[in-house]
Amino acid sequence: MEEKFEPKIAAFVCNWCTYTGADLAGTSRLKQEANARLIRVPCTGRIDPVFIIKAFENGADGVLISGCHPGDCHYNAGNFHARRRWILFKNLLDFIGIDSSRLYFSWVSASEGKKWVDIVDGVIDAVRAKGPFKQYKKMNKEIEIPVAAEEGVSVK
Amino acid sequence: MNELKQICKDALSEKKARFIIGYKEDKNKRIKPFIAKTPEDAEQLTFNHHAVNNLAVYLPRFKNNVEGKIGIVVKSCDLKAVTALIQENQIKRDDLFIIGVNCSGVVLDIAKEFNKDNTQIKCKYCQAKTPPYYDALADESKDFEMPDDDQAELMAKIDKMTSDERLEFWNAEFEKCIKCYACRQVCPMCYCEKCIVEKSEPQWIDTSSTARGNFSWNIIRAFHMAGRCIGCHECERACPMGIPLTLLTRKMGMVASSEFGYRHGMSLTEPTLIGTYSTSDKEDFIK
Repeated sequence: MEEKFEPKIAAFVCNWCTYTGADLAGTSRLKQEANARLIRVPCTGRIDPVFIIKAFENGADGVLISGCHPGDCHYNAGNFHARRRWILFKNLLDFIGIDSSRLYFSWVSASEGKKWVDIVDGVIDAVRAKGPFKQYKKMNKEIEIPVAAEEGVSVK
Repeated sequence: MNELKQICKDALSEKKARFIIGYKEDKNKRIKPFIAKTPEDAEQLTFNHHAVNNLAVYLPRFKNNVEGKIGIVVKSCDLKAVTALIQENQIKRDDLFIIGVNCSGVVLDIAKEFNKDNTQIKCKYCQAKTPPYYDALADESKDFEMPDDDQAELMAKIDKMTSDERLEFWNAEFEKCIKCYACRQVCPMCYCEKCIVEKSEPQWIDTSSTARGNFSWNIIRAFHMAGRCIGCHECERACPMGIPLTLLTRKMGMVASSEFGYRHGMSLTEPTLIGTYSTSDKEDFIK
């Protein structure tokens, strides 16, 4: 029997809102699926787009980014700066071919434990339906060096 | 031609500029960047359709200039790079003596004559033949009818593809990359003293020329250019593998302009796109 595909989701969450919100979901004993790996960052403004690329490189099938609602940022403007960056980055990834079925954004406050559970479950279901990110995983294979291999030189 | 030489000679003899970064013709009849330090040197300065290089790439190294003005010969596209560098505090306007040249297009292949089939893509949609501001202007332009902008058509074609097809298209393009970083070296806006690709603890981008490393490098480079690229198309010209890098940077420029009404390198005082924010930025994609 074929094994059921379970997606890996990398979730970048801000310390002050979404991480606390996810914590609230836990202490409220709300049930959620366990495919999302939470990565806590001080602020959504801390998320360099290279993190997202790195997550895909390391085998994530989807990435979820979440932080404080606009106006609620612990550092006043971190999420505004982040939002502007996301608009550009989202359009860039879209043009390259990584569309919005792999990359999700949300605002979840510290009191929205239920919203967090709904979003995580929604993202996991959507990525599960989409299937593994084969195109990116294929890239992880090293380029073979046929000439050296022919001559009997061991290639790592 | 004489006019440019005369302007440069005067500027150097009257000490309006310490030296002038311009173009000269070498013994193989190739146009290459040249720094004129004396009025005699200025005799060698020239400008024609083969003056492809964006000389603004040399400016960030004079960030802490104290000695006197730096003269620079610019086309209107290069001037946008100068403006952008001033905007990003990489050089001061007061440190520059800008010699603008009226340009009617530059060649794509420097080994061939300038004609309709041998024109850079940027020239096909160039809006300003004359630089918008300068300290001196040399008129070198000739009337020339530009061919159609075929890159816009290719861009529309990519926009119509499905995401998997797009990924395949870009994978095939990025596969050619040999990680020579010519695109970075030639870019006037890539002035970081330590590039992210050279950071090794942690190493964010695979430096070897594998599919994965190439993909990350090109995406991150395009993102660092998002809303900052001034469209001089030097990256694509310098790329030895012929990757259509300007497709990405031009697309990001179009996004910046449609989403934020912003164009980089157009104003000396406007804050940069990424350096600021608005509370009314569009957020329909955020749940």
